Amino acid sequence: MPERKQRPLSPHLQVYKPQLTSVLSIAHRGTGIVLSLGALLLALYFLALASGPQTFAMVRGWLNGGIGQFGLLLWLAALYYHLCNGIRHLFWDAGIGFEMRQVYASGITVVALTVLLTLLTWLLAGFSAGNVA
Amino acid sequence: MSLRTPLGRARGLGSSKTGTGHWWMQRLTAVALVPLSLWFIVSLVGMTRADYATVIAWIQDPLIAMLLLLFIVSLFYHTLLGMQIVIEDYIDIAWQKIVCLVTLQLLTWFAATVAIFSVLKVALLD
Repeated sequence: MPERKQRPLSPHLQVYKPQLTSVLSIAHRGTGIVLSLGALLLALYFLALASGPQTFAMVRGWLNGGIGQFGLLLWLAALYYHLCNGIRHLFWDAGIGFEMRQVYASGITVVALTVLLTLLTWLLAGFSAGNVA
Repeated sequence: MSLRTPLGRARGLGSSKTGTGHWWMQRLTAVALVPLSLWFIVSLVGMTRADYATVIAWIQDPLIAMLLLLFIVSLFYHTLLGMQIVIEDYIDIAWQKIVCLVTLQLLTWFAATVAIFSVLKVALLD
């Protein structure tokens, strides 16, 4: 069997300085993976609902605990980011917004909307629960 | 001499295997998930402190049950397509890739079935 030729490789990710465009692109995958785990937990949440009031109370207890609240906040932020950036991707699919200036503007908008929507939802949930008076 | 046509032999042999079906369904489920996931979050926020009976009654509304089923189907389909790409991109060794893809498929279908069955049980039987 002939020895494998050592051909030059094209530069890979680590030689590049992180930029808003590349970081947001990687974050889309990262949040997608987080949300996949969230989807599995969501299935368990529905299972708990169907299992009866005791199971439901137990799951709700977990969600109200420290790890549960942190997980919910992470899930919420990941969901809003993936949603906003996903809409950005759909515009690109339609051929809209490819100018460098537009790409950066939409990127910053996505990050700002993610922070804003996450905080707003968290506050509203707090009001709804009566934790924030 | 084979009975297979040249087209039949060539189909599925390209690097993309199946053409645009995957790409299209990923976009279709994405579009469906925009309103469905926003609706789901708003609903959850409204029920932060709802007791068990309130949540059950919410799901027993036929419209709510149908929206939940649409949300679950779109969500798991979208998740499956997305994670499939992640596995295909980052796992290079063929047998590991196949093991991961089969695990992903089975786990996703199982989780989706659990979620769908649970919603149907609450909506129809409780």
